[in-house]
Amino acid sequence: MQPFQYQRAADAAGAVATVAGTEGAVFLGGGTNLVDLMKLGVETPDLLVDVTRLPMDGIQRTGEGGLLIGAGMRNSDLAVDPRVRAEYPVLSQALLAGASGQLRNMATVGGNLLQRTRCLYFQDVTKPCNKRRPGSGCPARTGDHRNLAILGGSEHCIATHPSDMAVALAALGAIVHVQGPGTARTMGLDELYRLPGDEPARDTTLARGDLITAVELPPLGFARSSAYRKVRDRASYAFAVTSVAAALDVADGQVRDVRLALGAVAPVPWRARRAEQALLGRPATAAAFRAAADAELAAAAPLRHNAFKAPLVSNVVTAVLSHLAGSTW
Amino acid sequence: MRTAKPAASAVRLRVNGRTHALTLDNRTTLLDALRETIGLTGSKKGCDHGQCGACTVLVNGRRANSCLLLAVAAGDAEITTVEGLASPDGTLHPLQRAFVERDALQCGYCTPGQICSAAGMLAEAAAGWPSAVSSALDGGPAEMDAAEVRERMSGNLCRCGAYVNIVAAILDAAAVTTDGETA
Repeated sequence: MQPFQYQRAADAAGAVATVAGTEGAVFLGGGTNLVDLMKLGVETPDLLVDVTRLPMDGIQRTGEGGLLIGAGMRNSDLAVDPRVRAEYPVLSQALLAGASGQLRNMATVGGNLLQRTRCLYFQDVTKPCNKRRPGSGCPARTGDHRNLAILGGSEHCIATHPSDMAVALAALGAIVHVQGPGTARTMGLDELYRLPGDEPARDTTLARGDLITAVELPPLGFARSSAYRKVRDRASYAFAVTSVAAALDVADGQVRDVRLALGAVAPVPWRARRAEQALLGRPATAAAFRAAADAELAAAAPLRHNAFKAPLVSNVVTAVLSHLAGSTW
Repeated sequence: MRTAKPAASAVRLRVNGRTHALTLDNRTTLLDALRETIGLTGSKKGCDHGQCGACTVLVNGRRANSCLLLAVAAGDAEITTVEGLASPDGTLHPLQRAFVERDALQCGYCTPGQICSAAGMLAEAAAGWPSAVSSALDGGPAEMDAAEVRERMSGNLCRCGAYVNIVAAILDAAAVTTDGETA
């Protein structure tokens, strides 16, 4: 690991100013991904600004009736919050499906959002990778891509975003609060993440020094009927091969409203808006759920070893929505 | 250009009730500080990447992978390692006793991490934390059974595959702890 300096942030504004004004400076949250990447030589910061002692680790009710989650909150604390469990169960389930008990105790909400892909080529500094070293190439398209993207990739990068939590947040329409140098702003989760295009090194739209301070869940009554389902190669403690976060509002057998997001199939937590649109006002049946999933997958560009993900997504979407509609499938 | 400023820090670590005032290279993980600087070699280095759980310790009562926690970031926290679980008079922790009685190990390398993780895990369950296999998110303290133990302990790998007896030992200790609380 390369030597680095360490500072404990006294306040958010100071931390933002330091990181914005210091080349090679980064924020340190729980460290579960950053410290690992530093050991691997993927990340080589000169200065770590530790933001874990800033007073942004709580959760509170918003004026609109949603929840404002501090970015420093640990994943385990968020998962067990009674309001999250009752009003946004998809988020509790996604968090509890992620990592291990130890890692959930360490990982923060902000750090979870900003974790990097687990693509093997990205994590191996002896291999080319356009995300790690722009222009060096991508061996994944012809190499090991079983767990990489079928949606949203580019010829330069097909890495997947590894978070479970962010998939639930995408379905819930979460809003990210960002403190930048001199300014604070909010953005939808959709605006935080960007597709790789020809610049895969940038996972997000954040600039250096931008600090995520909170994540806001808008009120969403029917999210009480929501669920997260994760498919993986082991029963526990493994990254998703495919995951689905969904909330469903059914009235008189028809879909009145629906939220759907897919994990481990795209470079970003994938909000399935096309499927959502296809379902509005339609009968809440397995056939309609499958047709909607397939509409979303029309844009899929699977490769040789990950083509199985398309029918898998279709099956899991159908199963989760059928479960939420109260029918078995 | 790389900075020439010092890349070491003064760190005050509280481990098993004792304070250690150290000067550490910022790159030192809590695991390396415990083992190499303080001399507490109970916590083990398996993968060194947060994937095996052999390094698990309790940080302010919560289980954490000490290989991914920088020592400098753990300053002022209360650290408990496997060496700190038994009573000062040598009486073993109920989990340690249960691991011995159930022969819940073969080589023993993962055992300190298993025991520290189980101690943190049982506290989480007693506090009503659900798990991915808990049927409901709205219940009280989770009923501990083999499925719950397997899910909640999935961050601790055992290369020897002693899982059957590890699960049994943790269930024994859970029963002792529960009885102790209700008595």
